[in-house]
Amino acid sequence: MKVLLDQDSCVASGQCVMAAPDVFDQRDEDGIAVLLDDTPGADAADGVRQAAAICPALAIAVQD
Amino acid sequence: MSAGSVLVVGASAAGLATAEALRRKGFTGRLTLLDAEPHRPYDRPPLSKQYLAGDWDADRIRLRTSTVDDALVVGEAAVGLDAATRTVRTATRRTLTADAVVVATGLRPRTLPGRPDLAGVRVLRSLDDATALRAELAAARRVVVVGDGVLAAEIAATARRSGAEVTMAGPQPAPLADQLGPLAAGLLADLHTARGVRLRLGTAVAEVVADRGRATGVRLADGETLPADLVVVAIGALPATDWLAGSGLRIDDGVVCDERCVAAPGIYAAGDVARWYHPGLGRLVRLENRTNATEQGIAVAGAILGADRPYAPVPYMWTDQYDARIQVHGRPAADAEVTVTDGAVADGRFVAVYRHAGRPSAVLGWNMPRQARLRRADVAAAYAGESRPEGAR
Ligand SMILES: Cc1cc2nc3c(=O)[nH]c(=O)nc-3n(C[C@H](O)[C@H](O)[C@H](O)COP(=O)(O)OP(=O)(O)OC[C@H]3O[C@@H](n4cnc5c(N)ncnc54)[C@H](O)[C@@H]3O)c2cc1C
Ligand code: SF4
Repeated sequence: MKVLLDQDSCVASGQCVMAAPDVFDQRDEDGIAVLLDDTPGADAADGVRQAAAICPALAIAVQD
Repeated sequence: MSAGSVLVVGASAAGLATAEALRRKGFTGRLTLLDAEPHRPYDRPPLSKQYLAGDWDADRIRLRTSTVDDALVVGEAAVGLDAATRTVRTATRRTLTADAVVVATGLRPRTLPGRPDLAGVRVLRSLDDATALRAELAAARRVVVVGDGVLAAEIAATARRSGAEVTMAGPQPAPLADQLGPLAAGLLADLHTARGVRLRLGTAVAEVVADRGRATGVRLADGETLPADLVVVAIGALPATDWLAGSGLRIDDGVVCDERCVAAPGIYAAGDVARWYHPGLGRLVRLENRTNATEQGIAVAGAILGADRPYAPVPYMWTDQYDARIQVHGRPAADAEVTVTDGAVADGRFVAVYRHAGRPSAVLGWNMPRQARLRRADVAAAYAGESRPEGAR
């Protein structure tokens, strides 16, 4: 699975971090999301799909 | 219950999230996603921010529909529902029946009494509203924004960027005072004033004044008239439930649902239109924010597929005004006790915790998103039913 993150759209809500804490974090200074792992393993897949679905800024895309 | 066919009415944040989640969770039955607007689904938060400012175009705010494109029917309004048979009538006289019907029709903006047809008076809820407002803002010299809530404040902030003279008029002492309490509302008032917005707050607006069919200003309850060539009315919105009259559903400030978002057998509601029983708070609540629309849509998809889980989120909203990004986890009460826990107000970056009867009920971050989220855990208990702070509405 490949994860794409559009930081320009991100509104720093942190929903992705709550859904997949091993894959996403937020920058300290402005809360914009960062990818910790852009090709996470199968165990993280559900969390990442959930993150892509709930991100209120549609900033996360997943390619299988 | 597991449904063979699902009809979702309203194809915006909540309806689309429901449909997408159904497909993601393996639903293979018949799916229809119906919307009254002629446009393909789009996102609303940018309408008062990047889209209104002209920074983003309409393509940039499209919602993702790739997994549900085949189900989407736009430009066709639902005009009636029979809850007992789960049958929806549409404006083109079709009838659509499904095993499960999801009501996700959102809100319609409130208007000032009388004269809705005046030129130079605008509301903001839809893409068409935003496109029209954007064009008029570019030409306006004097703008009055009627309202003192989050939408009014965002519109004032964006309008200011076009160089117009902007006045915000509404009954509260400061923008969002009821919602965020005196500390944050006071800071917002300072921010708007510093950026050149005139605050004429503390007095209700009585009416729009007009000359030959065109608005020339607004008259306040205390008699003063504020001249304007553009009046933007942002005084809240009402659940879009007119089409549900006679449906058999209970309508009371939204579609009333149980803790599983069920309004009647096989009928669900999600998003801004849904007033459901929040088991953690122990009462009916209706949220008007973007993350709830998605999360509740996903919860409804789960319920349709047979998951037996109450919907008990920690409410979350954000607003961007100028360079301030404000985020709220939980529901602050205006009379809560507020403590700054991270950063400093004077630095323009802080986190504040709201407490009621000593218990945390909300966290507000001001330009400190990550730190605010880390404090969210402190308020989560209040929404899980372990404690119920009086003021957590
Ligand atoms: C300008 C603006 C800025 C915002 N900014 C923020 C923000 O910064 N942060 C935040 O958290 N939230 C924000 N919000 C709120 C957020 O956009 C809403 O909570 C969210 O859009 C709710 O989604 P929904 O799907 O429930 O309803 P809506 O988005 O209102 O969608 C309802 C849909 O139902 C359709 N519909 C209505 N009646 C019928 C009918 N009879 N038949 C068929 N279709 C029908 C409508 O056409 C519409 O597409 C903002 C809202 C606006 C308007
Ligand atoms: S969920 Fe989306 S908007 Fe929120 S922090 Fe993650 S990427 Fe940004």
